Formats: sequence, C-alpha cells, structure tokens
Amino acid sequence: MQLILTEDQELLAKTAADFAAERSPVSRMRQLRDRKDPDGFSRALWKEMAELGWLGIPFPESVGGAGMGLAELAVVLEALGRKLAPEPVLPCVLLAGQALLLGGSDAQKSRWLPPLVAGEKLIALGFQEPRSRYDLRRVATKAERAGEGWRLAGEKIQVEAGASADAIIVSARTAGAERDAAGITLFLVPRDAKGLEIVRQHRIDSRNAALVKLAGVTVTAADVVGTLGAGGDLLESVVDRATVGLCAEMLGSMSEAFERTLDYMKQRIQFGVPIGSFQALKHRAAACFIEIELARSTVMAAARAVDAGDAEAAKLVSLAKARCSDAGVLVGNESVQLHGGIGMTDEHEIGFYLKRARVAEMTFGDAAFHRDRWARLSGY
Amino acid sequence: MPSIETFRSEISAWLDENAPQTIAGIQLGESGGNWGGRHPRWDHPDMKPWLERAAARGLTAPSWPREYGGGGLDPEEAKVFTQELARRRLPLPLTGFGLAMIGPTLLRFGSEAQKREHLPKICRGEIRWCQGYSEPDSGSDLASLQTKAERDGEFFVVTGTKVWTSYADQSDWIFALVRSDPNAKKQEGITFLLIDMASPGVSVSPIPLISGASPFCETRFDHVRVPIANAVHHIHAGWTVAKALLGHERNMIADVFGVSERKKGSRGSPLAGLARGYLGSDAGLLPDAALREQIAQCELDERAFGLTVQRSRDAAKAGHQPGPESSLFKVYATELNKRRTELMVKIAGPAGLGWEGPGFDEEEITRTRGWLRARGNSIEGGTSEVQLNIIAKRVLGLPD
Repeated sequence: MQLILTEDQELLAKTAADFAAERSPVSRMRQLRDRKDPDGFSRALWKEMAELGWLGIPFPESVGGAGMGLAELAVVLEALGRKLAPEPVLPCVLLAGQALLLGGSDAQKSRWLPPLVAGEKLIALGFQEPRSRYDLRRVATKAERAGEGWRLAGEKIQVEAGASADAIIVSARTAGAERDAAGITLFLVPRDAKGLEIVRQHRIDSRNAALVKLAGVTVTAADVVGTLGAGGDLLESVVDRATVGLCAEMLGSMSEAFERTLDYMKQRIQFGVPIGSFQALKHRAAACFIEIELARSTVMAAARAVDAGDAEAAKLVSLAKARCSDAGVLVGNESVQLHGGIGMTDEHEIGFYLKRARVAEMTFGDAAFHRDRWARLSGY
Repeated sequence: MPSIETFRSEISAWLDENAPQTIAGIQLGESGGNWGGRHPRWDHPDMKPWLERAAARGLTAPSWPREYGGGGLDPEEAKVFTQELARRRLPLPLTGFGLAMIGPTLLRFGSEAQKREHLPKICRGEIRWCQGYSEPDSGSDLASLQTKAERDGEFFVVTGTKVWTSYADQSDWIFALVRSDPNAKKQEGITFLLIDMASPGVSVSPIPLISGASPFCETRFDHVRVPIANAVHHIHAGWTVAKALLGHERNMIADVFGVSERKKGSRGSPLAGLARGYLGSDAGLLPDAALREQIAQCELDERAFGLTVQRSRDAAKAGHQPGPESSLFKVYATELNKRRTELMVKIAGPAGLGWEGPGFDEEEITRTRGWLRARGNSIEGGTSEVQLNIIAKRVLGLPD
C-alpha cells in the first residue's frame, strides 16, 4: 500500500478542485438553503458530475462505470467537501449504489445502476431508525410474508437524498428481535409504492434528508437486495465504503475551514498586530494542523485497504472515521472561535463548515463508536 | 536486477563467515549495542570481534565513502545489508552519536583534514562522541548560549558549562556550540567546535533524573585550549551547522519513538494484553470501559502517526520534497510516547507505583521509570512548545 497519489489521481484531484472552485462556491449552498430548494442540491450540477464520469467511479464498465475505486472517488469527494457541495454522491453512489453493486440481482443492477451512473435516477438507502443510533443491526422495521412478496412496516430517519430519490433501499427484519445481529434483509422500494410516505427533514447542514415511513408497503421477492437474512453483513460492507467517502469529504471540509481560519488570523488586526502572532492562537492552529495531517494519512490508508480487500480494512475505516470525526469537530469549533464575532454570524460562511462537521461526525458513527469498534475488531 | 542480488549473496556469504553466531538475537543493554570509544563496554565478548571485522569491511558506516572508512554502498545496497542483518537477528556492529550525528555533519560541513582525521576513527569505533549544545541558561533559547571561546593565536580558549551532554562521562570527544563573537547578533557569533575531552580543564558530572539514573551529564570547560582548526564550517557560522544537526536529531527522536509500519500488528495489542493481565476480561471485553477507550485512543494515535510517517517516506521515495507533515513528527512522537507510558502506569494501577524493592516485579519498575523518563521526551531536542512555534511559523506562515 503506497500512501501517495498516482499521476492519474493527481490529475483527477486537480480537475475536481477546479470544478468545485468554479461551479460550486459555498454561496451556491447558501442559495439552495435560503430558497428552501426541495432537492437541496442542483440537478444540473449533478448531471455535470455524471458527465465528468464521477458518479461511475466505483462501478464496473458493464454498468457504465469507470472501474476505479475509493482512492479515486476520495479525491473527488475531498474537493467537493472543500466547498460543501451538497450533491448526493455519498447516499446515491456509495450507499445505495454499492448496496446494489455488492448485493443486487443482475436485473436490479441493469435496471438501476446505468441510470444512477448517468445521473438520471436517484436511489437512497434508509438504515437509521429512531432507536438505532449508530447500530446498523438494530432494526425494528418489520418485513412479513405477504403471499409471494413481503409487507414492510416501520420508519427510517434522516435518509439522505431520500426526499428526492426514485427508489429507497431499506433494512427490515425478516427474522429475530430488534437487537439481533442476524435476520436483517434489504428491500428496494420504488418511490410510488403504496403506503410509502416520504417527509423532507431539515438538519443543520441543510442537505436533503427525509423521514421514510413504511405503512404496510408491499414489495415482491424480486425486490430483495442480497441474501435473505444476511442484510446486516451487506449493510456493514456498504456503510464501510460510504464511511471512507464521507471521511474524504470531511478531510476536504476541515482543510478548507482551517485554511480560511489561517488567512483570517493573518489579516485580522487587534491590539495593533495580526491575531495570528499570538502564541496561544499559534499553538491551537498547529494542533489543528497536526490532526488534519494525521487524518489525511488514515483516509488514504482506509481507501486503499478497502479497494484492495485488505483483511484489516474494517479497522482502518474505523481509524479514519474516529480521527475525522474528532478532527472535523475540533477544526469546526476552533474555526468559529478564531474568527471571533463574525464567525458567529449567519452572514459568514465559516459557520456552514461547523454545521456540516457536526452532521458528518454523527453520520455512520461518531469517534467513540469507532474507537469501540476498533477495540472489538482488535479482540478487546 | 542481477547486480543487487549478486551483492546480496556476497554480503550473505561475508556475514555467514564473519558474524559471530553467539551474538544473534542477544539482549542489548540499556544503551543498545556497541558505542565504541577509548573505554568500550561490550554487551557480549563477541561484540568486540564483530565490530572489528565489520569496521575492516566498512560496514559500520555502510553508506559513507570508502576513503573515510565507510562501505561506499548505494542506498539499495545499504538496505539489503540492513535486511540481511535483521534476518540473522544480528545487532548493528556500532552505534552512537559519531555515526548518527557528527559523522554526517562532517561529511556535509567538515574540511578535508577534519574528515580524514575523525571519520575513520568513528567507523572503527575508536572514538566516542557526545554533544554540547544546551547550557544552564540556554534551553529552548539555544542561540543565547554563553560558553566563551576567546581567540589566543591559533587556539580558542573555551570556558563555560554545557548541560544534558548525554554520555559525556563515557565520551572521548565533544562537538560543542561556543560563543566566538560576543558582539555579533546572537545567531551570528557562534562556532561549532570539536573538543577532545581529555584536554586539561574539561570536567564531567552526571545529572540524575526523576526516573533515577540517566545518561545526562553536566560538562564544564575551564580555559580549555582548542586548536582553531577544530572549528567546523566557518568560524562564527556554527548556527547553520547546529540547525542542520538539530533537524537530524529531531528526525532521529521521531524514529525512536515512532511506531514504524513494519512493527504494526506483529504483537497484537500489547496495551490490551497488559490490561487483561491486571483487570481480566469480561466476555472478551476489558471490564473497565474508560480504560478500554483510552487504550483504543492510544492505538489509534499510534497507527495514525505510523501511517503519516509512511506517507512521508512514500512521498520521499517517489522523489517528492518532504511535505509539511514531517514537521509534526518530533512533537507528535514524543507526546504520544508520554501518553502511552502514562497509560501503561494507569493500567497497572497501584502496581505501577513501585520505585524498587519487594512487592513490584522488574517489569513494573522499568515501566514506571520509563513513564518518568518519558516526561523528558517533549523537552529534549526542542520542547513541544518550540516545535509548535516552528510549525506555526514555517508551515502555517503565521506572523511573529
């Protein structure tokens, strides 16, 4: 495993950075928020990302993808994270898309993946419930046999991209009790399914998220994604991949927030000198720098380990997420504090970085959750 | 590449013939191997012939030029030599500040006469070196040092006190920073001087630390006469030499405390193993949830740091300039070692309170003294606070 970017990855990073800077300034995200855009992102920009080939990066050529890996998608997500671009790469490409890629039937893949890669259809994945917190296998949503198919009843919360998705994959219990590790199955539910209610939720990061209520939704046996009862394992693999993508996005956001803060420390004059000349602030900036550099190493390692199918991949994913969660919130908080009064205002963009850092921290498990997972995977 | 494999078989044959079997895998003393010098100490009687044979073949300093006693190996050959040593579990034939610090400094800054005089003796392990930088009134503000070097014809007359001179009581020569021009700006009046410790007027006394014994000494110079030819680089230009050497020292410290990717995972989770010994286990999990989380955090820190060192090395191998990440190695490695040693004492609980004597085993006492010794890691070689200042200034570009 080499922790450097290849020439191709460098090129991709450059393209993505230019794109994000030109087409997606943070002001765009503010406009989407202010006009209460129902999607919370731009469908036109989403289409452009598809045309650049980004939505197909982690898919095989057979479905229109590029046959590349997380190491490549990570450099794109980092660039998008720098400008807080709210387009649903994580929920659609990594969560739902990878669930179909790893678990879907040939029919499901050929129906959904080509239009997903082309930016024509959106699919989401609902896995969180009111009581589940970060436990992917705590599933109260029930799936009961109904003739040849299944009837689903339950509720999923904060389903990212759920408010605009053409279909939603949900986890449901086909056997066992709410906290059992086994007995979970994934089902693909089309948006127009009877009994499916989707309600837009508004979180601090203003991104597209939804409450998904399943009131006796009927699906067929062909809508099962993966093996019956083995959805917990599938979900864990998929969420590991998405976690690497999220960490890359977090790395971009924290890097940009930190650079903006450094600039501010150099230009803001108080007591007749730039505030960046004060040692107390210098040391806090240096502490942020160190955490960001360490986070970068772990994200690169996790992406490469998952791509290579390394036996240690799950541990490295938890390492990356624990560090990015802590570093992201540290940098977010310090950025607001070091900006002083202006950092508290809605007018200034730095607050957006803190809000997104908090959401990202708690998506796919916070630092404490991943320390616990690291310990379990290490046998203590 | 056939040539490197030819080299491997040559060096293997030489090792098979010349490396004493008796020293394979031996436990090295506290200081870790052969340090050489006029009064050498051997961890094993066969460490002496091992040093002599390796030196005769230039393998104590494998990558130094042959004309100065080195082996003249290119980086790839030097790596093969290291691999073959490791494969046979052989200790290095020679270690110390001569090879690690003053040698490379002389290769870069020394005069031809200085190289010919000192480097072969370093390679043969005949002369042991120590470093004279800090003074009682010059710690973090090293450039304020006051040890005087007054010109008297072809000599400097040196008077002053150096502290934290590691192993000075066992060393033969010292490389020291002295103030040769009291009227210049503080960084510009310093000379980097080589001094024979046997000169009249040099005296050494040890400095015990909070951990008990220590390698540190105080070294006093009372009108010591040193030939001006012993100045390295230009007279009054010693700060340039010192800075280069300090950077080297900080990398070395980071190497010592850093967790290399090579070592990872080879022993499972040593901290968790230690905790299991003291606390037992509850359905496979450590019963103390708070301690368990601290252990996990420490392991995450170690792994993240190890990966960062690897990232830096991968970039260097690919021919990139050292990235900003290398500036954090010293501060992070030493702070991490402090946290780790502290955590080990906490895991032991009351058993971690022993200084010596009955009721505590040897490992517990070593561990606890290790914790105390580690307090110094973030002070020696530039305090953590100074390291953070350097990052803020040089990497982040924050103003003075």
